[in-house]
Amino acid sequence: MTETLVYVEDDGGEPTADSLGVLSKAVDLGGEVGAVLCGSAVAGSAARLREFGAARVYVAEHPALSDQVPQPRVDVLARLHGERGFESLLFATSTLTADIAAGLAARLETGLNWDLVELERRDGALVGTRLALDDSVSVEVAWKRKPQLALIRPGTFEPQRRADEATVENVEVSFEDWSTQAVVVEHRDVQGEEQSIEDAVVIVAGGRGIGRPENLALLDELAAVLDGAVAATMPLVDMGWCPQSMQVGQTGKRVRPKLYIACGVAGAIQHKVGMDRSGTIVAINTDPNAPIFRFCDLGVIGDVCDVVPGLTELIRRQRA
Amino acid sequence: MKIAVCVKVISEEPIWLKGNHRIDPETLRLARGDRALLSPFDRHAVEEALRLKEAAGEGEVVVVSMAPAMAGDALRAALAMGADRVLLVADDALRGSDLLVTGRVLARALEREAPDLVLFGPQGEDSNGAVLSAAVAERLHVPVVSQAARVEAVAGRVRVERKTEKGHDVIEAPLPCVISVVTSINQPRYAAARGTIAAKTKPVDVLSLADLGIAPEQAGHAGAGTDVNAIRDPPPRAEAHLIRNDDGTAAEQVLAYLGERGLL
Repeated sequence: MTETLVYVEDDGGEPTADSLGVLSKAVDLGGEVGAVLCGSAVAGSAARLREFGAARVYVAEHPALSDQVPQPRVDVLARLHGERGFESLLFATSTLTADIAAGLAARLETGLNWDLVELERRDGALVGTRLALDDSVSVEVAWKRKPQLALIRPGTFEPQRRADEATVENVEVSFEDWSTQAVVVEHRDVQGEEQSIEDAVVIVAGGRGIGRPENLALLDELAAVLDGAVAATMPLVDMGWCPQSMQVGQTGKRVRPKLYIACGVAGAIQHKVGMDRSGTIVAINTDPNAPIFRFCDLGVIGDVCDVVPGLTELIRRQRA
Repeated sequence: MKIAVCVKVISEEPIWLKGNHRIDPETLRLARGDRALLSPFDRHAVEEALRLKEAAGEGEVVVVSMAPAMAGDALRAALAMGADRVLLVADDALRGSDLLVTGRVLARALEREAPDLVLFGPQGEDSNGAVLSAAVAERLHVPVVSQAARVEAVAGRVRVERKTEKGHDVIEAPLPCVISVVTSINQPRYAAARGTIAAKTKPVDVLSLADLGIAPEQAGHAGAGTDVNAIRDPPPRAEAHLIRNDDGTAAEQVLAYLGERGLL
């Protein structure tokens, strides 16, 4: 019996890194692991998935699965669970998977723990860790029912390739009448547009350390090549360099992008509370004692004006 | 158009100041302050409901909440903004409820109201609003659209604009349906003094689990699908990897770091 099923999100023919990370974690936890892909053309992703340790890759292909909407996927997973009986179903959190997992938990009358940053198996049952109240407390969570549903915080687990290759299996799909009623009538990529910082997946933030207001252009350019948004600390807003809508922190917005690049940001507590739930934090600052170097993932001791334009150019070249 | 808005009542203290002494060590649940407030996130959902009612030129906005009985006053803030009435589900047996129970209870309360549209607020700090909307829609057997940044309701359908990791979508669905909104959708109005006075006389109906036909063992901790084992201090963040830009290669090192983590 397949014990764990991992929902793998497809992004333009590639499984997302976060999904593969959760799959790798599921393999580490032991037992037979399956992965499921849903879409209208996901064979490419399925082939890529085979080398990440799943014993089986279930492929659900149907035109109703072409839109990035949750409810048809709830139907696929509920049916697959009905046929196979999984012990647990795991998801890397995204807008789409949060809705799928929540809908599925209601359908199966079972428990869902979300925003987990750790997962382990204890006496055959899963135990998870969730950081709550702005990450100020760590909550150990468990499940009282099966299957055990979990959403894992983005960027938590690293994908790892394995030697074994999975068998790929197509599954039959059927849909409830309410599941196919919400349809995407228009879609366009966010590329090259100004984004609000709450919605941005990547944020490039500026602090007093950028020196002059003209240097905000360097941040704009970096944000543009990363399809991200530019944010600011309170001092920049107070000095009138940036509008209040760009402010992150205690008196501004709380953001949680996948990537937060802090440029010339010292890392005062008032700023930290607004951004320290970000997935990966990269900080660039000339002051090696800046507090931000104590809560970032990668710190660059250097001048924003030296580092940022070079980084922008390197990313632009790689993306071209 | 009848619009139901599902809202959460929160404790008054600013969350970021408090840390883990906001958790009751006996019950492992969030200790509630003396004063309850309408979640500021959910004001965006109330505002959107009022705008949709105004655009339709008719209708009713019903605020639905599962909260302790003392939350009735906090919910009057939504009435002061302009909502028509409150339906509060309050029952001692609801203590320790999780997503599974909350979805069950809200769905049952909403079934009684049979609204054309159900709105939820954005995901807040420690709030499950974002996941609740999909859970409730599943129980009501209606379509769901989350993360709405713009909502229009015309001729029995909704047209929703939203932004996700993958871009801008416009999604259409027939009514009845469930929609959760993001904070950027609107600027919630302040209640004028007149609204606050009017709110005092608007109805706040309190329902128990028995009124909803839900057995006590289906609610609270007994009916939950999840459990909290322990509350601890958070693990320290892994020490940062620090590099110096002395040789001018920092940009390349950052590029490699981001590439390895699939962030490009």
